[in-house]
Amino acid sequence: MKGFYIGLGALAVGGVGVLVVAMSRGGATLPSGPINVEAIEMARSWPGYVLGDPEAPVEIIEYADFECAGCRVQWVLTVQDIKQRLVATGQARLTFRDFPLTSHMNSAPAHHAAACAADQGMFQQMHDKLFDTQPQWTGRTGAESMFRGYARELGLDLEEYDACTGEGRHRGRLQASYEGGLALGVNSTPTFIVGDHLYTDGVTYDLIKALVDSIAAIGEQ
Amino acid sequence: MKHRMVIATLSLVGLFVALYLSLWKLGLVGSMVCGLGSCEVVQTSRYAYLFGIPVAFYGVVGYLAMLGVSLVGLQPKFVATLGPTKLLVGLGGSGTAFCLYLTYIEAFVLDAWCRWCIVIAILTVSILATAVVGLRERPSEN
Repeated sequence: MKGFYIGLGALAVGGVGVLVVAMSRGGATLPSGPINVEAIEMARSWPGYVLGDPEAPVEIIEYADFECAGCRVQWVLTVQDIKQRLVATGQARLTFRDFPLTSHMNSAPAHHAAACAADQGMFQQMHDKLFDTQPQWTGRTGAESMFRGYARELGLDLEEYDACTGEGRHRGRLQASYEGGLALGVNSTPTFIVGDHLYTDGVTYDLIKALVDSIAAIGEQ
Repeated sequence: MKHRMVIATLSLVGLFVALYLSLWKLGLVGSMVCGLGSCEVVQTSRYAYLFGIPVAFYGVVGYLAMLGVSLVGLQPKFVATLGPTKLLVGLGGSGTAFCLYLTYIEAFVLDAWCRWCIVIAILTVSILATAVVGLRERPSEN
């Protein structure tokens, strides 16, 4: 009996040791701290993630935050319609620009995960996945591990993804997008810009459709 | 009561596996060691939660319970009674049913396999089988 307890104790010690080693291994997490100013400057001309025909007559710009509940609602209620009825039909192109709010604990890693997915041509898939699963990771610790799970699920090259997130490859670009939004008058999410109209309280499909039609009509004149 | 020793050992192993998955869920462990499996697909799916609580946490509680019951059952006061073994059959049976449900989800809903979940399922079924065998042991044998 004594031997059994000694063996069980040894197993417990070994198990704790394995867990401690696993916890000390950490993972590829987004670096914090100051962002290289040059990187931000270089990214200022970056247009955002463009969906649809780049030559489409009207551009719909969306500034959004992946951890913003309102953005998720807008994604469900309006953006799907915009994609199917305006973008897919060539009437407009939809440009997504990052506006990661610092008040959300997982916004920065979420946007960075999407940027790293974009490197592998999977931005839209990661974008949709992040909004789809937002209730599961919003405000929770461990979100970066979940994003990595999504990357795996989407079939991304994980080694490349880890390198991208680990070095914070797109932090400058995200910051540039955020500052670009501020310069345009964006102060909340979601914000839509169509032509010279800026809507900060969300939009309806009908409103966007009317704007697209009017801008297209002006362009034809 | 050798079967209780076996169950205690299996429960301890299962406890550490469940703890590992729980720590990963809490973000305290980096990339999950999974080999060729799809652990992250399974662990980040909506089925990885039950009533808003990660299923790995239920595993921790379940294995702790089975470890506790088996160790109590090894104490002189309880060695000659079948009560702890019956309780282990109940706990092992509940755990096995839960594992069957999760395995079904992996196979037919997610089409993805988590190596650690399979380990947990094997451990739980083994605990149930050992407990059932233990019911046939006569207490005086030990």
